[in-house]
Amino acid sequence: MGQGFAESGADLELVGIRKRFPGFTAIEDLNLSIPAGSFFALLGPSGCGKTTTLRLVAGLEEVTEGRILIGGKDVTATKPYQRPVNTVFQSYALFPHMSVLENVAFGLRRRRIADATGKAHEALRLVELDHLAARKPAQLSGGQQQRVALARAIVNRPALLLLDEPLGALDLKLRRQMQLELKAVQEEVGLTFLHVTHDQEEAMTMADTVAVMNKGRIEQLGAPSVLYELPRTVFVANFLGQSNLLSGPVIGTTADSISVDVEGTRIVVPRSRAHRHRGNVTVGVRPEKLVLGFGPPEESAASNILGPGRVIDVSFSGVSTQYLVAIAGVGTIVVFAQNIGTGPVASVGVEVWVSWRVEHGFGLEDEDAPAPKFPSDTDTATIAVQKKRALMSEFGDS
Amino acid sequence: MTLQEGAVLAGAVTNPPGRAHRRRSGFRLGKWLLPVYAALALLFLLVPIAYTFVFSFNDSIRSNISWRGFTLDNWLAICAAQEVCESFGNSILIAVAATLIATTLGTMIAIALVRYRFKFRSQVSLLLFLPMATPEVVLGAGLAAEFLAAGVQKGIGTVIIAHTMFCISFVVVTVKARVASLDPALEEAGRDLYGSPAQVFWRITFPLLLPGIVAAALLSFALSFDDFIITNFNSGAATTFPKFIYVAAARGIPAEANVVASAVFIFAIALVVVSQVSAAARQRRLAKGT
Ligand SMILES: Nc1ncnc2c1ncn2[C@@H]1O[C@H](COP(=O)(O)OP(=O)(O)O)[C@@H](O)[C@H]1O
Ligand SMILES: [Mg+2]
Repeated sequence: MGQGFAESGADLELVGIRKRFPGFTAIEDLNLSIPAGSFFALLGPSGCGKTTTLRLVAGLEEVTEGRILIGGKDVTATKPYQRPVNTVFQSYALFPHMSVLENVAFGLRRRRIADATGKAHEALRLVELDHLAARKPAQLSGGQQQRVALARAIVNRPALLLLDEPLGALDLKLRRQMQLELKAVQEEVGLTFLHVTHDQEEAMTMADTVAVMNKGRIEQLGAPSVLYELPRTVFVANFLGQSNLLSGPVIGTTADSISVDVEGTRIVVPRSRAHRHRGNVTVGVRPEKLVLGFGPPEESAASNILGPGRVIDVSFSGVSTQYLVAIAGVGTIVVFAQNIGTGPVASVGVEVWVSWRVEHGFGLEDEDAPAPKFPSDTDTATIAVQKKRALMSEFGDS
Repeated sequence: MTLQEGAVLAGAVTNPPGRAHRRRSGFRLGKWLLPVYAALALLFLLVPIAYTFVFSFNDSIRSNISWRGFTLDNWLAICAAQEVCESFGNSILIAVAATLIATTLGTMIAIALVRYRFKFRSQVSLLLFLPMATPEVVLGAGLAAEFLAAGVQKGIGTVIIAHTMFCISFVVVTVKARVASLDPALEEAGRDLYGSPAQVFWRITFPLLLPGIVAAALLSFALSFDDFIITNFNSGAATTFPKFIYVAAARGIPAEANVVASAVFIFAIALVVVSQVSAAARQRRLAKGT
């Protein structure tokens, strides 16, 4: 113990972390470096090991292998109460027998920091809950409890703050509001935040850096826009937004592009945007980058064309319309078209062509095509249909 | 209260019964049969208590069987009948000691049984149930035989050991339910917020288990205080209050015994009333919001 308030955030380094539970390896060779003062999001589906990673950093679980460094100091063997780290738990874990104020002052009192009550009030003011300081946690709403949990952690000025899906239990509106507040608090106090979530939108709007985790490994790490623009693996391409994925052998390379043969159609991807240049390559393009045409578009070196195909589904979602286009041999392609009132409106059964600019495509590292690697219920088309059903039922309800 | 009754009570503490199904009120007889039946049952239960209370004011000489006039002497000088006072003191001493030891050990066992995985864990759980299911006569005789074999002098000490033994079972059952309902994340949050293991226990675990621990302690005290069978086998020359009453019943129970019994009854009722009233007040305070 002994550290006082952290002047600023500290960087976190995980080196070769492995965590085995009896009969199950939850974390497989995890290497991660989070710079001080950043807002870092760990994004992944449920069960991929996010909570386990946080618990290892907090000291609530012991690593099987590897080292954990906080601010350059090896803390692998230390106890949770000796680490300059605080956690906002997934379930909040507020002490039910203490008032809100006592909850927030708990950490300060344990470290015998002067004026614990004053500092606790200050932290409660930061989350705008000072007027409820005398209440018990059970008398607060979910959103208020979440803010108390945040204040209880932040008041200690930990060098590193761990947030385990703290917004998971909130409804959409409150979640958006809390995302903004969290971000504001992080900028105000300047601490390092490690935020865990399975909500890709949350990760992308809040974090400076996002790490996508899958089955106990980090698949890709980078700024949100980079991850979205240039996903490296099939998993990332599908988990972070939607993607149309096509695969085939490379049939030609130039100095700055590669060409892939997809069922007889030549698809060109910039060399700099492809992670593999040889053998079988999976190329992808985001649905909003696609343009629908009613006739064969003019061939040009600057764009890729697929078609003809038939529109099999149209769903209107306000700002955009989603089309599903079935193309023989290629499969189902998802297209998002902005509702700006100028473009053509296709209806089901119409023959269309799909095109996109070469610089919008990307090439993935994984050799396997998405179909065999993922069960059919998670492919892009199915997700699109599911989204449409959800949307329709929503419209039906209101 | 016998141990079997205690087991039922411990069960009630740990699993509060669900709300009974409401019956349709079409049943005619129910209109008067149920109240009459309930009144009779209550009367049947209360008459001995009322009798004991009234006769604590009897101006008796040797036996306290026929009414000889009202007096407060019995209440003002309880210890005039020295045996009453002494046996009552012994009972209190034994109950307090057995409760303290059983509650402390039982709470620790309950936490260990819920929180830690170890060899023979389920067997230990099962063995702890045995004293509640075994007839008291068997338990008392068995213990007495063991004390004899080990050459231990019977007395207050052996009674405390015997009572601790069966009280532990009740404490474990009662506290275990409370530990199981305690979210481990709360203790983890305590450790995360710089609490050492001892601080986490005393500031988080213990306060949250306290209602269960208090219930267990009250149950232990009540079981120990009025135990007769096991006590009779293991007390040797020492006298406890139930044992004294049992022996005295043959030649006439002194009125002072009625005083003690009445006082215990009144104290217990007062305890219940106070706790109910304060719980209601707390509810109202919570409902108001601050
Ligand atoms: N104590 C444990 N014992 C065994 N397996 C565990 C334990 N804790 C977590 N796991 C497993 O580790 C995997 C990752 O869990 P977790 O880190 O909680 O995932 P999430 O990314 O949803 O937070 C899950 O498959 C889970 O079943
Ligand atoms: Mg989790």
